[in-house]
Amino acid sequence: MEIRVSPNRMQLLVLKRRHAMAVRGHKLLKDKLDEMLRRFLELVKRDRELRAEIDSALANAFQGFLLARAAMSSEAVDAALMYPKERIKLKASQRTIMNVAVPSFEWSFERQGDDSNIYPYGFAYTSSELDEAIRLLSRSMSKLVELAEVEKSVELMAYEIERTRRRVNALEYVLIPNLERTIKYVTMKLDEAERGNLTRLMKVKEMVRERGV
Amino acid sequence: MLLMHKIAVIGDEGSIMGFRALGVDTFAVASPTEAAEALRSAARGDFAIIYVTEGVASDIIDIIAEYSHRPLPVVLTIPDSSGKRGAAMEKIRRTVERALGADILFGKEGNA
Repeated sequence: MEIRVSPNRMQLLVLKRRHAMAVRGHKLLKDKLDEMLRRFLELVKRDRELRAEIDSALANAFQGFLLARAAMSSEAVDAALMYPKERIKLKASQRTIMNVAVPSFEWSFERQGDDSNIYPYGFAYTSSELDEAIRLLSRSMSKLVELAEVEKSVELMAYEIERTRRRVNALEYVLIPNLERTIKYVTMKLDEAERGNLTRLMKVKEMVRERGV
Repeated sequence: MLLMHKIAVIGDEGSIMGFRALGVDTFAVASPTEAAEALRSAARGDFAIIYVTEGVASDIIDIIAEYSHRPLPVVLTIPDSSGKRGAAMEKIRRTVERALGADILFGKEGNA
């Protein structure tokens, strides 16, 4: 569909300027999209690595807990885990990737009491499977936090990429072709008027010559 | 911006008890309604990361999706003690597909 304008030189100038602007905008957006896709794919790759690691680490940890529950009574396990010795401290902030705000986390374990080990219980009444499971879980915590960061970034980037792609496509397939068609239409109208003018002049000249003779 | 400092784990009792030892706040839930309630209240509270075990997450997928366009809190599915079901990977695959318009990444590598 063409943009409705009156076909004159002034409008043609305006249209040409808009067209140049649209083309430039399209190029910029397309560059942005390309770079976003590159970053996005990196993030997705990292996400999948982390996922794979966490899946296996957690599976092992859970198995450990299962064994611990089998070896000890479940009340004993509950009691052993009741008072955590560590406390996770998390600091959330934001950073931006390609103008997309994504969360960024800093975290640490805050130990309470003595520093010698991470287990919130004495060794006397608990099974070694429990120690192992907690150690595994504790180790995977850093990956879990990173995964949260990465996976959220992936999600937010995906949304932004979708939006940018839509804008690129709107420019490429709608606005720019529309402008081009309209420019063509105005140019043709102007040419037509020009030809009409020329013919009229020639006709007038002919009439003048006939009458003069 | 607001700083949020806590991590929550929502899931069935068997899967989440280990996290308690690390000083993470855990919410044991038994039904989808409870899970939805726990997630909403955790998101309202000062939790920055909320892990939901897969078995529970599949029941409240709509509510999890509500938080997907905001930077915080991060709602994340983690495998539970009954073994992974691949829901998290599936979610990523769908996200990628939406962003790229095609499933080039996973299709090429045979969904490894």
